[in-house]
Amino acid sequence: MSAAAWQAGRADPIARFARYLHSRPRLMLALLLTPPLLWLGVIYLGSLLALLAQSFFYIDEFSGQVVRELSLRTYAELLTEPNLLVVARTVAMAAAVTLACALIAFPVAYYIVRYASVRLKALMYLGVMVPLWSSYIVRVYSWKLILAKEGVITWLAEHLGALWLLEAILAVPVLGGPSLSFSMFGTFIVFVYIWVPFMILPIVAALERVPRSLMEASADLGAAPIATFRRVILPLAFPGVVAGSIFTFSLTLGDYIIPKVIGTSHPYIGTVVYAQQGVAGNVPLAAAFTVVPMIVMAVYLTIARRLGAFNAL
Amino acid sequence: MDSSDVAVRFDGVSRLFGEVRAVDRVSFSVTDGEFFAMLGPSGSGKTTCLRLVAGFEHPTEGRIFLSGKDVSDVPPYERNVNTVFQDYALFPHMSVQENVEYPLMIRKLPAAERRRRAGEMLELVRLPGFGARKPAQLSGGQRQRVALARALIGQPRVLLLDEPLGALDLKLREEMQVELKAIQRQLGITFIYVTHDQGEALSMSDRVAVFNHGRVEQLGTPAEIYDHPRTAFVAGFVGISNLLPAAVAERIGAGSRSFSIRPERIHMAAPTEPAAEGRCSADGTIRSVLYYGAQTRYLVGLDAGSELTVVTQNSDASGLRAAWSAGERVRLVWLRASERPIEEGVET
Amino acid sequence: MPFERRRHRGKPEGGTRPGLALRLAALGGILFLHLPLLFIVLYAFSAEDKSFVFPPPALTTRWFAVALEREDVRAALLLSLQVASVATVLALFLGTMAAAAVWRSSFFGREAISLLVILPIALPGIITGIALRSALNLGGLPFSFWTIVIGHATFCIVVVYNNALARLRRTSPSLIEASMDLGANGFQTFRHVIFPQLATALLAGGMLAFALSFDEVIVTTFTAGQQATLPIWMLNELVRPRQRPVTNVVAVFVIAITLVPILLAFYLTRHGQDAAGSGR
Repeated sequence: MSAAAWQAGRADPIARFARYLHSRPRLMLALLLTPPLLWLGVIYLGSLLALLAQSFFYIDEFSGQVVRELSLRTYAELLTEPNLLVVARTVAMAAAVTLACALIAFPVAYYIVRYASVRLKALMYLGVMVPLWSSYIVRVYSWKLILAKEGVITWLAEHLGALWLLEAILAVPVLGGPSLSFSMFGTFIVFVYIWVPFMILPIVAALERVPRSLMEASADLGAAPIATFRRVILPLAFPGVVAGSIFTFSLTLGDYIIPKVIGTSHPYIGTVVYAQQGVAGNVPLAAAFTVVPMIVMAVYLTIARRLGAFNAL
Repeated sequence: MDSSDVAVRFDGVSRLFGEVRAVDRVSFSVTDGEFFAMLGPSGSGKTTCLRLVAGFEHPTEGRIFLSGKDVSDVPPYERNVNTVFQDYALFPHMSVQENVEYPLMIRKLPAAERRRRAGEMLELVRLPGFGARKPAQLSGGQRQRVALARALIGQPRVLLLDEPLGALDLKLREEMQVELKAIQRQLGITFIYVTHDQGEALSMSDRVAVFNHGRVEQLGTPAEIYDHPRTAFVAGFVGISNLLPAAVAERIGAGSRSFSIRPERIHMAAPTEPAAEGRCSADGTIRSVLYYGAQTRYLVGLDAGSELTVVTQNSDASGLRAAWSAGERVRLVWLRASERPIEEGVET
Repeated sequence: MPFERRRHRGKPEGGTRPGLALRLAALGGILFLHLPLLFIVLYAFSAEDKSFVFPPPALTTRWFAVALEREDVRAALLLSLQVASVATVLALFLGTMAAAAVWRSSFFGREAISLLVILPIALPGIITGIALRSALNLGGLPFSFWTIVIGHATFCIVVVYNNALARLRRTSPSLIEASMDLGANGFQTFRHVIFPQLATALLAGGMLAFALSFDEVIVTTFTAGQQATLPIWMLNELVRPRQRPVTNVVAVFVIAITLVPILLAFYLTRHGQDAAGSGR
């Protein structure tokens, strides 16, 4: 560059500022980091810590006011039987949902990786990706239509002559109800439906890593002896299943919309948190309840890490 | 040296990465208009030196001068120096034309002039009419030429080339060597050329700096480097070299210092060859024979210990035996003047 | 958390064919994912307005007109579009800055930044929601348009961040050095080299962030006051159904409005391994 051009460049205040920043990479870094750090570190993390702090406050039983002193009283309340039952119910539901998701997701993922042509693969991939990203509330709503007493399922059962089966399912104590839309079965189906894409993708990722020759060497899934499948493919796909289960488990633990829209009046962690902070006005208890999924997930992640799930993320 | 003739000067420059001294107290000067090679194995500090000149790195100690001006703290975009990158670093979203015009566009030159000069540059690198293509549509050799055109269009005082031919195949590499040299002569720009290929460094440059462990082991013309290696490292890295330890030298009556000798300077003779004034000889047995067409390379184990490589030209057989074979006894003879004493632990 | 989209590797099988059981299971899985949405579209045309009777006795398009006339629906739609737009713009700035910082330098706490960015989607939405709500209460701030935006931008940052970082990591650092070497300062290099490299990744990230925000309900229930975004409007209808046919039509709107940006994002990142599926 000619000397004149240098001089021209220096006179320009923007160019001067650029040069100033260039010689101070730390300042540049600070300028880049400050806005996102202010947002996430102060607003978001601050809120989370404030929430955590509030779980150590407690509600005065007589006045109904929050008492702002540190105490474990709220945690003692959390550990009473009805609340523990809520935790147990939610964890059981999360476990059942995770298992069902894995069973549904595996064949889909296996087909995508092993058999689909390039074009079909892209299409199926998109077919998994779109529901993962879109229309959570609408997808929950669709089951309201399908599971309604006068809806598709009942119609289908009638035409297949399987009404007796539907009635038998609804007659199961605790899990059943007046219609699928108002039963724990219904809640379970919708959870599985909403979270299953989160299980498919990590399994696809894990299977993509399996050397093709190895997959070809093992006999086919449909026809093969179960032993081949169990010894060759499943161990290789397992980290993907565990990775997917992190999502299905965590998302089920924290959801409160699905049980509210589809299901019985049995409370889950999410619905209790929502009710405690809202109607009941017991923010400390709500805050303490949010600690439960965090602890459960921390334990779960520790186990998952041991099982090598993070390589499949 | 008159400072106005000096394009680049390193004055006690070190660059530390953490505890590692990538460049260790280096001082040298590159003369204006010179083709200067920095030769060395990977990790020897040559590329870091290049990046120091370009301004991508700044010295931890010492100063760097461009045309007599201290640029140690000047950012790359204010240096009158351009670089041809090893991976070419062409902007993938721009056409060839836009790539070559880039420095002029940044300087806000009028479009017509930019187009004209870019056309000239593409002409120079023999890629006329390639302007509309995208880098992805070019071969490796063509990308290389575009990178060269882009680096030259701003008329830098110094052009830095970072192993520019490393990714090309042998044939293309030899072509480009000739072409680069021709362009350098035509434009009269100082070229600083980083390479680990000793053949490239010797054939193209006016002077060579041999790097090792962040230091310049030796700096000189290709002939000096080849013929008078001052250290064992230089002798070994540039060309094939025979290094005789002091103890062996003493046993064959060649003095008491270790020395190196180039294999083509050794004459291979029958064990009956008489001794002569100014010559040294050593007896041994041929251990292996490697036939290369134009030459044959012999590995000879000396009776006094150690081994020597001998290269003979297969040009004619004028009185010599056409070939020797493994296991034969031979007498190696060379002029005392061909011996190159090696200084142990030489520093620049 | 972030899944990478993988390149198609190798060719499809010629010789082996999947067993019937596998084909049925895979087909069943995909149908399970998509049939319910088709039912919504079907019901949007149902002439029956009191129940979800199947099959619909007759089909009609009149509910679309009815829904579009509804003041509350239009207000909710407008609010959702506004919130998603503003949240996306904020996320674009913050996410790109964080990605640039993490990419260019290796500073202490780099891992912590990545974790911090991902946390809002890694933790269940209810935790993010209640934390923001109680912080707003503690600070005595009233709920408003901006409180919704704050919540949404928080969990949208990661989407932009992932896409931008993936693209930056595929960009050779020598491009930036080449630009500076050729006379461009930091700003000029950003404008002429870095930004054009990033543009499609940012567009894709922005599209996904928009879809994510437009669709969000869990965090929104905690940070919205009396205002209803479209998903909140739907949730209210779900809990206390009043106008089933209108709800069906609104559901179709939501599907359409979120589908377009997702498809576009997928298209924009189809050649690379950018994170079109960066979790949520």
